[in-house]
Amino acid sequence: MTQRTTDITVGLFMLAGLAALLFLALQVSGLSPKSAKSTYTIYADFNDTGGITPRGRVSMAGVTVGTIDSISLNKETFQARVAMSIHGDVDNIPADSAAVIRTSGLLGEQYIDISIGGEMDSLKEGDTFYSTQSAMNIERLISNFASGK
Amino acid sequence: MINRIASFGRSGIDLVISFGQAGRFLAGVLSGVPHPATGFPLLMKQLYSVGVLSLAIIVVSGLFIGMVLGLQGYTILSDFGSEAAIGQMIALTLVRELGPVVTALLFAGRAGSALTAEIGLMKATEQLSSMEMMGVDPLRRVIAPRLWAGFIAMPVLAIIFSMVGIWGGMLVGVEWLGVFEGSYWGNMQASVDFWDDVVNGVIKSVVFGFVCAWIAVYQGYDCVPTSAGISSATTKTVVYSSLAVLGLDFVLTAVMFGNF
Amino acid sequence: MGLSSYISLKDVVFSRSGRRIFNGVSVDIPRGKITAIMGPSGSGKTTLLRLVGGQLRPDSGSIMVDGHPISELRRKELYKFREKMGMLFQSGALFTDLSVYENVAFPMRVHTKLPEDMIHDIVLMKLEAVGLRGARKLMPSELSGGMGRRVALARSIALDPELIMYDEPFAGQDPIGMGVLVKLIRDLNSSMGLTSVLVSHDVKESLSICHYACIIADGKVIGTGTPAELQDHPSEQVQQFLNGHPDGPVPFHYPSSAAAEDFGLSGGVS
Ligand SMILES: Nc1ncnc2c1ncn2[C@@H]1O[C@H](COP(=O)(O)OP(=O)(O)O)[C@@H](O)[C@H]1O
Ligand SMILES: [Mg+2]
Repeated sequence: MTQRTTDITVGLFMLAGLAALLFLALQVSGLSPKSAKSTYTIYADFNDTGGITPRGRVSMAGVTVGTIDSISLNKETFQARVAMSIHGDVDNIPADSAAVIRTSGLLGEQYIDISIGGEMDSLKEGDTFYSTQSAMNIERLISNFASGK
Repeated sequence: MINRIASFGRSGIDLVISFGQAGRFLAGVLSGVPHPATGFPLLMKQLYSVGVLSLAIIVVSGLFIGMVLGLQGYTILSDFGSEAAIGQMIALTLVRELGPVVTALLFAGRAGSALTAEIGLMKATEQLSSMEMMGVDPLRRVIAPRLWAGFIAMPVLAIIFSMVGIWGGMLVGVEWLGVFEGSYWGNMQASVDFWDDVVNGVIKSVVFGFVCAWIAVYQGYDCVPTSAGISSATTKTVVYSSLAVLGLDFVLTAVMFGNF
Repeated sequence: MGLSSYISLKDVVFSRSGRRIFNGVSVDIPRGKITAIMGPSGSGKTTLLRLVGGQLRPDSGSIMVDGHPISELRRKELYKFREKMGMLFQSGALFTDLSVYENVAFPMRVHTKLPEDMIHDIVLMKLEAVGLRGARKLMPSELSGGMGRRVALARSIALDPELIMYDEPFAGQDPIGMGVLVKLIRDLNSSMGLTSVLVSHDVKESLSICHYACIIADGKVIGTGTPAELQDHPSEQVQQFLNGHPDGPVPFHYPSSAAAEDFGLSGGVS
């Protein structure tokens, strides 16, 4: 085995590793050069975030338009403050839109759905949703129903 | 009773001493930057025997593990009517856990044991001693390229393992059991994050590569230079590497995915 | 011997695994001469060479090589210093992953920047000297023990060292190979003024080529001098070793308890 063949085989090996990493990035994790483009952050305050988690999905009409960045407690209002980053090209969400926590299927994961408002102004970096609708909590529904409220 | 406590203490001290020796050994290996003209060909040769020659076992194991995951995942998930989530399940298990861990275990058995035996035999036949007497430091000439090769080869192998496994899962899930291909990849892409999952998995395998290669070369260098000594050093390499990988995996998983 | 001694050991004490191997050994090895170190096997001849090479450190006492305290050199200085030394190991210790040619070329490739055609010529010259030029393409596993040791000798003189230490060079050599080696050792010494240390228990061959000899046994030097002086040495131990009598003051047995005890004949119940 000459040094040259060794070098070539090792080079091919490293290239195979690089190709596999590209595969994991593009095909498996859906990292597309486009989505790495600009995003902007908007906020929403919820009474109950239910089961949403950071990296969860934010969608409009079922189409994913962003991801949940972080969830923290607002100590003054005792509400949960959720930061989400929205793809830069979706720049015309009406300012009176509502953020709603929904569940995909009966037992599936929870995500934030933006239900569209009608105003001409749109949400910009740092804005907060005017109205929100918290997670549907089956337990609470049942207890409300049982106590007849 | 006193005797037992004393012997327990002694083995504790022995453990600390051997960690100290292994650390000093590592410092000796890594100190001093090798000359690129001599160091590079040596590294290439080791990358070939440690990396390229391990490729076959990695690809075959990855394929079968992906296929088994596909079968098992389908059986379990179809009970909930969510067999479309099979892609996400296979990809996350492989990228986060099985890719780095199984690769490291196979690496310890395939390449680590070979490294230990080779270095041990070089010691037993006085090749390391004669190199020292020629004014060439065997730590840098013999050990360092092997350590670096293990360190570099491991993540490459783990990435290839994960890729082949995901592809094997697709063979079973999509081609055989009839999961819709779009949802196989779509679910996967929606749930796998490049930085949080793929990159963390690669970091894991970098750590495993370093630990496995270190254990292998140290066991070889430190072995009793007889046939019995070499065989016990080879066994130790496999056992210690496997335990270290599994233990470290728990720690790394808790840090990376623990969410606390 | 003063200034003319190349290696000088003073009151060297050395133990290994709790056993005293040297108990105050002082030896002077003159510059540019062949000195034979003789002694029964297990007496520490190989250990002595390793002490001189700096691979082992004495418990106490000093070892000077060419005016440098070898056991106090820093790691880097020691490695630099060893480029001036050649050592022929008892087992040959060829690199099994390199061919004969590459083995001999190895020290030149690491320590010099000689062009390839020059290395080629030197390697063939050194191999020619040990009579193995034709074997340059073989791998070490294809050589016999004696051939391997001759290749190792070619390798250890590749850089033209100032000092060369031979550990049992005659063991396993056929009469012709032996003759070649004896002549080679002599020529290397006379033509290049190499200081040579020859470790052997082969009394006849060693005394025939050395200028000085030194006999160690029992952790001590029991006799030194020129071959002629040693032949007439008054010490009973020296006479026993040189003439190979099994009985005498030099113990043939490794230190042990009384034989009767080991064989279970001591009378006591164990
Ligand atoms: N690695 C070692 N560990 C402990 N004792 C050793 C070791 N190597 C050699 N010895 C002991 O040192 C003594 C001298 O060995 P050595 O120098 O090889 O003898 P020789 O004169 O035959 O070359 C022997 O009695 C041997 O038992
Ligand atoms: Mg010996």
